[in-house]
Amino acid sequence: MNLFVDALNWILDPANYAGVGGIPARLVEHLVFTVVAVLLASLVAIPVGFLIGHTGRGRSLAVAVSGGLRAVPTLGLLTLVALWVGIGLGAPYVALTVLAIPPILAGAYAGFEAIDRSIIDSARSVGMSESQIVRTVEIPLGLPLLIAGIRSATLQVVATATLAAYVADFGLGRFLFAGLKTRDYAEMLGGSLLVILLALVLEGIFTLVQRLVVPRGVASGRPPVDRARSARPVPGMDPAITKGTH
Amino acid sequence: MTWIWSNLDLLWDRTLDHLVLSVPPIVLSFLIAVPLGWLANRYRAGRGVILTASGLLYAIPSLPLFFVIPAIAGTSLRSPLNLIIALTIYGVALMVRVVADGLASVDQDVRQSAVAVGYSGWSIFWQVELPLAGPVLLAGLRVVAVSTVSLATVGAVIGAQSLGSLFTDGFQRGIQAEIVAGIVLTVALALLLDGALVVLGRLLLPWTRLTTTSRRALRVAQPREVSA
Repeated sequence: MNLFVDALNWILDPANYAGVGGIPARLVEHLVFTVVAVLLASLVAIPVGFLIGHTGRGRSLAVAVSGGLRAVPTLGLLTLVALWVGIGLGAPYVALTVLAIPPILAGAYAGFEAIDRSIIDSARSVGMSESQIVRTVEIPLGLPLLIAGIRSATLQVVATATLAAYVADFGLGRFLFAGLKTRDYAEMLGGSLLVILLALVLEGIFTLVQRLVVPRGVASGRPPVDRARSARPVPGMDPAITKGTH
Repeated sequence: MTWIWSNLDLLWDRTLDHLVLSVPPIVLSFLIAVPLGWLANRYRAGRGVILTASGLLYAIPSLPLFFVIPAIAGTSLRSPLNLIIALTIYGVALMVRVVADGLASVDQDVRQSAVAVGYSGWSIFWQVELPLAGPVLLAGLRVVAVSTVSLATVGAVIGAQSLGSLFTDGFQRGIQAEIVAGIVLTVALALLLDGALVVLGRLLLPWTRLTTTSRRALRVAQPREVSA
């Protein structure tokens, strides 16, 4: 337990809070990087995912691509891109944006697919245009799964950004590698705890957001008998509600 | 390419190192997750606690976890044991939810029929629930296998030898072929273990045709993307 006390002392040491290499500066770098990478990935993945979800075309290709990317080791991608574009922030941005695309894409089209077909048919039969269906029916109902996708992409980027400190001088990961070099376990452990804390805080925020974006009337108030027929369950919701009853 | 031909021995050694790192976590996470998932499915209170805990564990980035485990378990930072523990934690975190959902997907009517013809609780689990949840468990384990193989490479940055060492070494010495070889071998190893699990599944579960309920559970059980 002594090791953790040392790590806490390192985290609380005022000397570690000053300048470009201080904890606040590294934390901001890490966060800004994460937000930018997730935004870039969203710009690509959300429109494509909506298109796949709405038309139902290209789904198998998307599944194959995201499945294949899951097997690709992030460290390999990072180091390879770093050799191509040189040491700096370029490589992490490229690598992490690419890695963040599959979960967001999957969330976007899975959200559309999880909607009961009869709801969409009803929307069409009351005269909604395709773009109205997408905007007023499919996007709001698919939002919880899209947010779930953005959540896993964000956590993945936070994690991989730590690793990216191996090829670029930025983020909380620097403390891990600096400590490793000087055999300063307090710094390594302190830095690790900070990254873990950041990941858990983000996870908590997303759990909250995911609850908030469920359109009113969808999440609750409907008897389980209804749900049993109506849909594939939405992850993150009470399993007792989503599970089909027999 | 010339680099690859003249370093086949190195590639083979790193592949073996990688197997040693990634196979135990896959097996262990299955063995640990089955009882935990059973508990989560059996007791409502347990479900909340176990699934929340596994969700939080899964959110922890891998590299920091590699640093934290030595402080808790007393392992040395570079030892394979350290990585095996960390990878097992991820495997369990992923697998517990799959096991719970897989067991929950077993039709209530089937369970009640088993009770009616005189199965005890213990034998219902082994002879009815576990086999019927088999296809879901297999699908979950395949995801665990692929992500474990991919995650094991991360250990290279702290000095644990694996196929990931090809990335760090290739990066430091500027040898692109080495990194590419590492990526190809990692993906190949992941596919190989995945294929092995599929074959194992065919042998153990001859009725692999999915039912509607298990397919639904599979969709819920679809684990989240793996964080590096």
